Amino acid sequence: MMAYIDPHIHMVSRTTDDYQRMAQAGCVAITEPAFWAGFDRSSSQGFFDYFRQLTDTEPKRAATYGIKHHCWLCINPKEAEDVGFAREVISIIPEFLDCPTVLGIGEIGLNKNSKNELIILEEQLALAESTNQLVLVHTPHLEDKLKGTNLIMDAIDNTSLDPTRVLIDHVEEHTIKSVLDRGFWAGMTLYPDSKCTPQRAADCIEMYGTERLWINSAGDWGPSDPLAVPKCRLELASRGHSEELINTISFGNPLDFLSKSGKFSIS
Amino acid sequence: MQDNQMTSEEIVDRYFLEHRAKVLDIAAFLDRIDRSGSKEKDFRIIALLKCIDELQSGDENRTKRILELLSDHSVEPIDIASTKGASGAPPTS
Ligand SMILES: [Zn+2]
Repeated sequence: MMAYIDPHIHMVSRTTDDYQRMAQAGCVAITEPAFWAGFDRSSSQGFFDYFRQLTDTEPKRAATYGIKHHCWLCINPKEAEDVGFAREVISIIPEFLDCPTVLGIGEIGLNKNSKNELIILEEQLALAESTNQLVLVHTPHLEDKLKGTNLIMDAIDNTSLDPTRVLIDHVEEHTIKSVLDRGFWAGMTLYPDSKCTPQRAADCIEMYGTERLWINSAGDWGPSDPLAVPKCRLELASRGHSEELINTISFGNPLDFLSKSGKFSIS
Repeated sequence: MQDNQMTSEEIVDRYFLEHRAKVLDIAAFLDRIDRSGSKEKDFRIIALLKCIDELQSGDENRTKRILELLSDHSVEPIDIASTKGASGAPPTS
């Protein structure tokens, strides 16, 4: 069985059964970006505890199933409307950045494309710049994605961040080309009702190739599928794609991008 | 680019029934709304019907064109995010 990496999944919202099934399907490593928990935290202390869970508890839980766990830290755009609160959270991030499993800042980005979300995005890009971190970007949902993706790429272009050290996630057919053309890495998220299905992701790979592209399940507390990556691999195999291509999109590419952090390891 | 190794006949054989079922789901969904008796069409349904028209116009990039139809095309950030969710169609389409 070919090993795979799921580079975007929220295991704090998943059960140990999911870890077991992922391991059985060939998962050897995952990375978990900090995100919205489905409710707003009432204090920055709530984020401190969440960051401890991501850097300490979750790697141990994953290790039980032979899966390497790494994470990304930030305040997510859904909790960024209150700028003062968001800044309090940003101020506690630096003390975690030296943890051996923290790969960078993420998933930052926009949700409703508001002015305050953009301010907090820019401040976290500045933090990534000053601390030389990789960046994982969340793009907005549904009707807000196209506009938000463009605003985000413009904000990054205004920094000194190297686009090859930034991955813009949740691309779809209307955003993938501009993200790749502007030099960024792109992620396709495999969801049952929104974003990309495994079939559409396979279509995009056929149209755009595999360069600077990865796939992920973004499994979380909503409708999502922690086995979406192996399902997409199966879809590609059933269409006659080579083992090499399947390995590149689901193992080699995430390994290449994540290794730029200097901290990612699968052994 | 990476070519799909299937012939068009194989693609149709493999995926036709799945997508036939999806068209029936859309039809049943629209019938269900009609039976509810509401005269006013929701903006999301108006957008969905536009997407169905778009499917029939031209051969290329249907998915991209439909995603663009369902997108907010404004360019300036909004003043305040008063909600967290998205509805799936731009409000004024
Ligand atoms: Zn996520």
